[in-house]
Amino acid sequence: MLLEVKDLQISYGNKITVDSASFSLEKGEILSIVGESGSGKTTVIRALMGCLPGNGHVSSGDILFEGCSVVNNTADDWRKMCGEEMSMIFQDSGNMINPIRKVGQQFTDYIMAHKPQTSKNDAYKMAVTMLADVRLPNPDNIMNSYPFELSGGMRQRVGIAMAMVFHPKILLADEPTSALDVTTQAQIIRQIVDVRNEFNAAVIIVTHNLGVASYMSNKIIVMKNGHIVESGSREEVIGKPQHSYTKELLAAVPVVGGKRYYE
Amino acid sequence: MNKFKQQSSALPPVILEIKNLTKKFTVEGGRQLTACDNVSLCAYAGQTLGIIGESGCGKSTLVRTVLQIHLATSGEVIFEGQDLLQAKGEKARQNRRKIQMVFQDPTAAFNPKMKVKNILCEPLKNFGLLKDSEVDAKACELLRMVELPEDFKDRYPHNMSGGQRQRLGIARALSLEPKIVVCDEATSALDVSVQEKICELLVRLQKEKGITYLFICHDLGLVDLMSHQLAVMYLGNVVELLEKGRISQHAKHPYTKALLQAVFKVDFKPGEKIQPIEGEVPSPLDIPQGCPFQSRCEKCQEYCRREKPILRQIEAGHWVACHFIEW
Repeated sequence: MLLEVKDLQISYGNKITVDSASFSLEKGEILSIVGESGSGKTTVIRALMGCLPGNGHVSSGDILFEGCSVVNNTADDWRKMCGEEMSMIFQDSGNMINPIRKVGQQFTDYIMAHKPQTSKNDAYKMAVTMLADVRLPNPDNIMNSYPFELSGGMRQRVGIAMAMVFHPKILLADEPTSALDVTTQAQIIRQIVDVRNEFNAAVIIVTHNLGVASYMSNKIIVMKNGHIVESGSREEVIGKPQHSYTKELLAAVPVVGGKRYYE
Repeated sequence: MNKFKQQSSALPPVILEIKNLTKKFTVEGGRQLTACDNVSLCAYAGQTLGIIGESGCGKSTLVRTVLQIHLATSGEVIFEGQDLLQAKGEKARQNRRKIQMVFQDPTAAFNPKMKVKNILCEPLKNFGLLKDSEVDAKACELLRMVELPEDFKDRYPHNMSGGQRQRLGIARALSLEPKIVVCDEATSALDVSVQEKICELLVRLQKEKGITYLFICHDLGLVDLMSHQLAVMYLGNVVELLEKGRISQHAKHPYTKALLQAVFKVDFKPGEKIQPIEGEVPSPLDIPQGCPFQSRCEKCQEYCRREKPILRQIEAGHWVACHFIEW
């Protein structure tokens, strides 16, 4: 068992936001967390990486990573884990990096901060290899660009490359394609699946797109108002939804060639 | 006579006709950015014209030019027998009453310091159609129309959820009883279940009032659900125009097919794969000569790089711009 979450309760101040969340993840599995905005899905994966904003904290329950609890980690422990054991892709990776420094400078800095013994040259080579791995054309050119010079899809690929450079065991993705067009979304989702296959990493993806969840996941969790209302394998949740909310969500997804208002 | 009018006789009258509309922006260094390149489209009374395409394909610029938020470089927009783009001053102002818009971001679309009732009645007061004493009654009527509680009239927009705010945006757009409503990605910021409710509302209002919608969206499933007619745009050009219900089976243009293959369906069968097209949309700053889709098209030949395909009718109500379509 790579990751195990037991009765997790997360609060902001005294207000309980997520309650009694339990799930587990094996190596190489893809888990999707779906739900509407405000359902607590982002809060859950932020807690896994110890980066809850403001006064958010785990108020009860446990998170076990490779059998060890991470709930009481110190800042130092997190620094060792994040990036190397688990890493995150955000909704817009362009917002994650400094807009006035070139992608290359930040990528090499990131590598050298985690592995201080790496020389600048080696770090640069590592970064370029990684960028080429995520199918970015002309990686040297990307290294020499500012974030705003790249398109949304390219920035997202840079985000994936940075997240995967140390081959972490878990990749967390927080709405990685919500800001992208359909064609770019398809490219990025395929890239994440490729990355999983190549590095055998487990992936947790937060999304509100049930199509994406259905396409890539082994397991799906449906959340509503801070509670897990349904969880199970992809086939169970999509094929035989039990909870009325899951059925409602599935029925609300518009399908090409499906229901139409005008006949 | 526009060629797009020559369709089956059962169609309602044309309400808005866009003829050879081109919009170019001048950017830094005097270069020209072509956002819309010679676009011709027709909207029929009481029907929905869906427009799809990736970001940067010019779909928003197109409707903004129709609404005269941007000034057109060339072309005509015929509405009620007159060219909207030629109207000036008071006449142009009066024309705006008849075409209204629902915006994408319901948070940014309202003045945060105004109460809901003032937001809803501002367009009417702007045209001198409403007395101060009538504001409360009119606001209640509009709120009822979009299925919001009447006591919302004294709230501020930030006290409302995204879906409620989008209903407010629809109520405001409809307050002047326009003939045409432009929905520019009106549901993109909403969750699927809220999106469904908003779409049902739009459809109900259309059936009751006979409004024409220009429905811009990048979600193929949603456009298919909502539209009578569907235009696919790529790099400022309409590449395919088809009637409702045909896109899933009868799409012909390679770009439309590529879009269809990039859609994530909920009911994937095991082993089924998505086939995203590689690469990105070329920059509208230097549009290639010939077919706009040449750089990403599998079938691209020498001929495509030289000659730009024109939109041709292959069947009643189905138009495609591609050299390799049998017609």
